[in-house]
Amino acid sequence: MAIITPRPQLTLAERLYLPAIVSGMWLTIRHFFVNLLGLKKKFTLEYPDEKCPPPPGCRGAPTLVRDEDGREKCVACQLCEFVCPPRAIRVTPEALPPGSRHAKIEKRPAAFEINMLRCIYCGFCQEVCPEEAIFLREKTILTGASRRELVHDKQRLLALGGSRPDSVKKWKDK
Amino acid sequence: MVNHAADIVVHWVQAGMATPWLVWLVITLMKCGAVVGVMMGMVAYTVLAERRFCAFIQDRLGPNRVGPFGLLQPVADGMKLFLKENVLPGHVNKVYYVLAPAITLFPALATIAVIPFGNRLGGEKMVIADLNVGILWVFSLAALGVYGIVLAGWASNSKYPFIGGVRSAAQLISYELAMGLSVIGVFMLAGSLNLGQVVEYQSHCWLVLKQPLGFLIFMVAMFAETNRTPFDLPEGEQELAAGYNTEYGSMKFALFFMGEYANMVVASAVMVTLFFGGWQVPFIPVEQWLGCSWLSGMVYIGCFLAKLAAFLFLFIWVRWTLPRFRYDQLMNLGWKVLLPLGLLNILLTALVLAGQR
Repeated sequence: MAIITPRPQLTLAERLYLPAIVSGMWLTIRHFFVNLLGLKKKFTLEYPDEKCPPPPGCRGAPTLVRDEDGREKCVACQLCEFVCPPRAIRVTPEALPPGSRHAKIEKRPAAFEINMLRCIYCGFCQEVCPEEAIFLREKTILTGASRRELVHDKQRLLALGGSRPDSVKKWKDK
Repeated sequence: MVNHAADIVVHWVQAGMATPWLVWLVITLMKCGAVVGVMMGMVAYTVLAERRFCAFIQDRLGPNRVGPFGLLQPVADGMKLFLKENVLPGHVNKVYYVLAPAITLFPALATIAVIPFGNRLGGEKMVIADLNVGILWVFSLAALGVYGIVLAGWASNSKYPFIGGVRSAAQLISYELAMGLSVIGVFMLAGSLNLGQVVEYQSHCWLVLKQPLGFLIFMVAMFAETNRTPFDLPEGEQELAAGYNTEYGSMKFALFFMGEYANMVVASAVMVTLFFGGWQVPFIPVEQWLGCSWLSGMVYIGCFLAKLAAFLFLFIWVRWTLPRFRYDQLMNLGWKVLLPLGLLNILLTALVLAGQR
């Protein structure tokens, strides 16, 4: 069934435009003076001087974390490397030296590189990691003067990640 | 160099070569320089004011980083535009394409010549050209400004500029008539087409009080004339990219931009002169307090500039309040509302004048 919407009959005041114009002008001049005199909290952040802190849990740059003892958690299983959709991660595993305290873990990353120019912040690496060693952290502003600078190496990833205590002490000596 | 030039002038005066004609030439050139300088300064700072005020209206901050409060922004803008590559697209009609921006700016600079911007300064009338047909000069040149836009639309050889140019022409013929009719009432009362005499007529009562309808029509027509919102159809960003200046860049674009703002300054000056007492200071007898001195002359000029600034603010305020008219609404308003109202205004004025006799 067709619905016929009748055209509204405008009153003389509406057809004159003027009352509507005046009410609109009143609205804008109010905003003008409120902002000119700074009567209301301003929402604009003047970016390079004022930065908007990312909310906790924000998924920014992927980083590597250490446990509470300062041991890097990554065991170089390379699952993150395989799951990464844009192939931004490259892990080079190596064996732990035989005399090490953690020798039973067998592997650790000799090099761990994440190319931030390729990363799409999907969080798959964090999701797939069996050791909870890779986390997307609050670092959202990434700038560099060269492409090389934006390929984060292991030192940088660990520095960005910090430490994250574990609830399951999987590798602890029993 | 300066000393040398001063020596030459002194020498001329001593030699009796400072004929009245030469004195007139020097004074007129000085007035021209001052007026154009002040006007271009106003244009630059109106652009900044527009950007900052619209930001305030929209709860933003606006450009505030170049200099204190962003006051050096026009300098930065100007430098940027000067340094841009002057592109001449291959598909344009080259002569008219280059000519159009100049034609847009020229009328604004020429019309300001007949506007009395002050009473007297050292015995010299503060108007560049004291024409007897001042307002006709203003109207005829203001209409020429549209040629620049139409020419730009045509010469760009591109569809959006073309539509912009055609719209501009159609808008002009809808508004020019109403504009002309609306000021007839003013001249019936003032009895002269000379803008200086119109200002003198308003020494006791501003004409806006005697001609409110005429002022309203004239103001609407002036908004249309300067292509400002709600009548900015020729450049309507949303529907026509940038309208007539789509194909323009660098200084050629800057000329259009300056032309728009210079036209705003002229439109404000004409409105102040015709309806708001020109350079007259309301309620305060300046010459009784300060005497006929340079100081009172400067006060009059300051008063004129203050009124001008108020109107420029109105232009900005309206632009960031009202949406653009649809095309048929614009035609309706021009032909079916403003034109009859203009005629009515003339009739009413004539009846009142006849009744007084």
